Amino acid sequence: MEPSKTMKPKGKEPHQTPAQVSRRCFLNILWTALGLGALAEFLWLAFSFLRPAEPGGESQANAIVPVGPLASFEPGTVTAFQKGEFYLVRLDDGGLIALSCRCTHLGCTVPWVEKEKKFLCPCHASAFDITGNVINSPAARALDTFPLSIENNIVKVDTGRRIKRSGFNPEQLVYPPKI
Amino acid sequence: MRAMTPATDPPQRRLNPLGTLVLHFRPRRVAEKTLRFTLTWGLGGMAAVLVTFQLFTGILLKFAYGPVPTQAYDSLVRLQEGFLFGQLVRNIHFWSANLLVVVVCLHGLRVFFSGGFHPPRRLNWVVGLSLFILVLASNLTGYLLPWDQLAYWATTICVGMLEYIPLIGSRLQRIVLGGPQIGPATLRNFFAMHTAVFPALIVMLMAFHFWRVRKAGGLVIPRSPAEEPDDKPPALVPTHPDLLLREAAVALATIAGVLLLSLLYDAPMGQPANPGLSPNPTKAPWYFAGIQELLMHFHPSFAWLIAAALTFGTFYLPYLDYREAPAGVWFASTTGRRTALVAALAAAAVTPLAVVLDEYAVDFSAMMPGWPQAFSLGVVPMALFIAVVVGLYILMARKFRASRLESVQATFVFLAAGWVILTITCVLFRGQDMKLRWPF
Ligand code: FES
Repeated sequence: MEPSKTMKPKGKEPHQTPAQVSRRCFLNILWTALGLGALAEFLWLAFSFLRPAEPGGESQANAIVPVGPLASFEPGTVTAFQKGEFYLVRLDDGGLIALSCRCTHLGCTVPWVEKEKKFLCPCHASAFDITGNVINSPAARALDTFPLSIENNIVKVDTGRRIKRSGFNPEQLVYPPKI
Repeated sequence: MRAMTPATDPPQRRLNPLGTLVLHFRPRRVAEKTLRFTLTWGLGGMAAVLVTFQLFTGILLKFAYGPVPTQAYDSLVRLQEGFLFGQLVRNIHFWSANLLVVVVCLHGLRVFFSGGFHPPRRLNWVVGLSLFILVLASNLTGYLLPWDQLAYWATTICVGMLEYIPLIGSRLQRIVLGGPQIGPATLRNFFAMHTAVFPALIVMLMAFHFWRVRKAGGLVIPRSPAEEPDDKPPALVPTHPDLLLREAAVALATIAGVLLLSLLYDAPMGQPANPGLSPNPTKAPWYFAGIQELLMHFHPSFAWLIAAALTFGTFYLPYLDYREAPAGVWFASTTGRRTALVAALAAAAVTPLAVVLDEYAVDFSAMMPGWPQAFSLGVVPMALFIAVVVGLYILMARKFRASRLESVQATFVFLAAGWVILTITCVLFRGQDMKLRWPF
């Protein structure tokens, strides 16, 4: 088809007055704004729907687990609690600490190797000492801890509150009250 | 194109209804030269066939699968043992998924190296890359679903890597996991994404992708570096049957290939997931092994920075200001071919060397005691990396008199080849404790 030379350039229709144009313009802006507002609402709705429930309320109370009488943890031992995914460590001097069993590198489960007195991660060979300090990278942080308390000679661990730390220091230990 | 249809239209063919539907997506006639197999290698078509395979087998699997940790594994065992063709359907889904990553990757490389990303095809490059990312996301979310040891720990690793993304990492990780660690909420999230969100996005983007191809007037017309681009309208042939027959051939070959693989090799299925016992070593799925390998050498935040920069750069490639746009010439020009080869060889030499040196000889954090790891394992290797890339770019421009397009292409080749080598290193050359080993 030959392009016709008489075709008019595109533009406003001649009978449109400037007032009409700006009214249309205004309405367009209004609709766009309303549309965007609605979109934002839906996005917000979807987002709050999908947000994971924060730990708190009832789960918080349930997370404090009694792990056993103090006497059952000899000094210099590491006891694994599969269910709570932590280790109860009692150092030689009697201090207690609850260590998370998740490797701080990428989250594998670290077994305690009694022979070497180390936590050895099977995934990428990070190693941690009995206090959770890194002795071998790639892990960069010491193992996380959980708050620990002793009530009536019963050791309790709050598995709901994971504490990140860069390294071990003696203040993290809990000692049984002197009698 | 439409303007000349009346004059050269062939006698009307009788089409069956399906044929007319297919033709709806297509122009009635396509340029003869674009039919050459060595232009496209049928890769785009293969990808489309594989996606279709995924949709159908995915729907079937959905009838058999129980998306909760206590049922997932058992439901797959039941599927494989109790359902007629259950194992086959799962195998097809598995093999198509893995092939899809490969095919989409190759398709992207084909488009890049034949100059298919210059205007007017720039936007379609972005769409295609987004599709690639969606394919990866689908693969990853599907990886967890069998809930066996392999699935559980590979996903743990991948989600663990998220934590190191600067600023948003831990929050993102929490959202993905739906809680502090992999559990029922994670499986629910992954299942929903895998079976609803990603497939829907992929299908919609695919339609857009195809439409953009048509909008650009079909594929790039292949020519040799010496040929001048033709200003004349190209010679056309009818889509039906010339193009459709070729596409049907590619589709049938793909289907046959996938079926053969699925009959011969079963999709892997390990022991049921045991959160208390990590296997040694634990690796990410092969398409993310490159990131895992990068994480072994760089401070994690910097590894992510590199990965993010590379992704962004790849998206941005078509929008750089090139002086020429040699669409249809493989590797842009004769110089382009030379520089690409040199870059590939350089990557093949430098990457393994760097990996081995870092593993056995160089320990930046020991060389710089007192400096934070973010400096010794982050800034320093990052600076080295940037120096190598910039050096390569300058070498290309000076020594080979490469144009900007050719230098950018060479850099891309270098990085892509490096990435492939990192992936292979992690998948094949890492054994117990993730130590380097000889695989054969
Ligand atoms: S997850 Fe423990 S070393 Fe990687």
